[in-house]
Amino acid sequence: MLLRVENLSVQIGSITPLEGVNFDLDKGEILGLVGESGSGKSLTALALAGLLPLIGGRIPTGRLLFDGADMVPMSRSQLRALRGRKIAFVTQNPMTALDPVQRIGDQVDFVSRTHLGLGRKAARARTVELLTQLRIPQADTICNAYPHQLSGGMKQRIVIAMALSGDPELIIADEPTTALDVTVQAQIIQILTTLVRERGLALVLITHDMGVVAQACDKVVVLYAGRLAEQRQVNALFGRPAHPYSAALIGCIPREGMAPGSLVGIPGAVPSVASYPTGCRFHPRCTNAGAGCSDIVPELRSLDAGGAVACHYPLPGIENA
Amino acid sequence: MLGYIFRRLLLLVPVFLAVSVVIFSIIHLIPGDPIDNLLKIGSGPEQREIITARYGLDKPLVVQYWIWLSGVLQGDLGTAIVARRPVADLIAQALPHSLTLGLCALAFSTTFGIVLGVIAALNRDKFADQAIMGGVLLGSTMPGFWLGLLLILVFSVWLGMFPVSGARTWSALVLPVVTVGLGGTALVARVTRVAMIEAAQRDFVMLLHAKGMRPLRINLRHVLRHALIPVVTILSLRIGWILGGAVTVEVVFARPGLGTLLIKSLNQHDYPVVQACLLILAMAVMLGTLIGDVIQAAMDPRIRAALG
Ligand SMILES: Nc1ncnc2c1ncn2[C@@H]1O[C@H](COP(=O)(O)OP(=O)(O)O)[C@@H](O)[C@H]1O
Ligand SMILES: [Mg+2]
Repeated sequence: MLLRVENLSVQIGSITPLEGVNFDLDKGEILGLVGESGSGKSLTALALAGLLPLIGGRIPTGRLLFDGADMVPMSRSQLRALRGRKIAFVTQNPMTALDPVQRIGDQVDFVSRTHLGLGRKAARARTVELLTQLRIPQADTICNAYPHQLSGGMKQRIVIAMALSGDPELIIADEPTTALDVTVQAQIIQILTTLVRERGLALVLITHDMGVVAQACDKVVVLYAGRLAEQRQVNALFGRPAHPYSAALIGCIPREGMAPGSLVGIPGAVPSVASYPTGCRFHPRCTNAGAGCSDIVPELRSLDAGGAVACHYPLPGIENA
Repeated sequence: MLGYIFRRLLLLVPVFLAVSVVIFSIIHLIPGDPIDNLLKIGSGPEQREIITARYGLDKPLVVQYWIWLSGVLQGDLGTAIVARRPVADLIAQALPHSLTLGLCALAFSTTFGIVLGVIAALNRDKFADQAIMGGVLLGSTMPGFWLGLLLILVFSVWLGMFPVSGARTWSALVLPVVTVGLGGTALVARVTRVAMIEAAQRDFVMLLHAKGMRPLRINLRHVLRHALIPVVTILSLRIGWILGGAVTVEVVFARPGLGTLLIKSLNQHDYPVVQACLLILAMAVMLGTLIGDVIQAAMDPRIRAALG
């Protein structure tokens, strides 16, 4: 197992916006991490990349086993050695992800020069090759350009090239296409997943587009209000969702023209950290809620069919299936 | 870029004319005139008329302005009425002293301001930050002449480390530079600190961390680079100011610079000299802004692109 997340929680100051996250991921697998805005996807991503200290966050409980080694007790410099090398990060907004005053080529070169010890020339050759693989025309000219000269889609390809440049084992992509034009979104996802598959890398793909999950992912983790709702194989989830929230998410695969992150199918909105409901945090919006939902926190239960769900009344046809 | 610089220089011409009108008018609105300084005690009104006519001061102001301006445009700054020497000579003597002081003070405040600002930003809200910002606040609130006198008292009178006044040796430069530069240091440190903190929160910094870059390198090569863009703006506004702002300090340290010349000529109502001094200070301010804009464009490709 390349990555095993055990009972991960995240604390920022006095609040705990994320808790009880469990999943694992093997080489060559793509995992979709879904949930409405504010459900804790980005925090999970930052935790996996060892970047929580940047926002003043820490991991009070849980383990993050990467290649068998727990990342939680690692020092900052140990984490830094992993970042860019073994674990790469693709951020949400390519428009602001690149240093506006540094040339594209130098920004990508850095990764292979630092982590693979390549010289100036070799690093540049690698960068040009990567950009070409990402179907960027005239890669060597682009290397001399500055970010503001490129379109959003181009910039996101540069960020992906940067992620691939250190020859990582795991890539974490936090909503890599949300900020992009609808027309290029599918293309970027396709390029990213193809390269990941070709190289046998593991990918955590954060999205709130269930269509992308259905198309591109092997596994899926559903978060709601900072807790794990359900984690399943993609086919299983789409075939027979166990958590009413997952079912609602599937029921509203966004169609063109819908604001990203808005789930028309589910009335209400994700509560903020300060006002998390007691019991199951989804119960005020749940159509299936019954006795106990409003005061007892549902345990995460393994499903016989594989995966796990945290729900007192999972949807029928699942239990003991 | 060259086209832009050329356009900016062209723009200086109308600004120059406007400034010259303002300077000329203000000078002549100030009560008193230079003739008082030239007349021997007991001379009669006819002598006053002769001298007034000799310097063209009997002509209407508009004509005086025209004569002065056409001279300036031909590179002739005129002759000092009281000092009775070509204004250009007086300026040529004074300007190097002021330039040395101004540029050294600028270098002083740039270096220390940026270093202190960076240290404060990297230790935000910790002791080093509070100590630096406290010291900086203190330094920036002290008036130049008062600080100058204080430094003279401590380092020249008590410790005897530096000369009390004058400009004959390099060591005489130290205290004036510190006096002029300290206010600028405070300003630069404050701006650097805020700009560093602001730049460190930019999105791309997160990705630099994600690439596995060392925090020190992130801060010095990327964050500081962005932080310096507003710092350059502040500094460029100061280039001109520092020549003019050194006026009181030059007087305190008795340095024969532009400031001292200006004050002396003002007291004597020596119009041509005052006009030339003010014109030079105004031009320095404008050139400073231009230099700052050019440096900014060199630092930021987006500004370069916007300039065409
Ligand atoms: N830096 C932070 N400080 C305090 N709270 C935060 C911070 N980042 C995220 N949170 C809180 O954590 C919760 C999950 O946020 P996030 O992981 O960004 O959600 P998502 O990426 O799924 O939209 C949100 O309720 C948010 O308010
Ligand atoms: Mg997010």
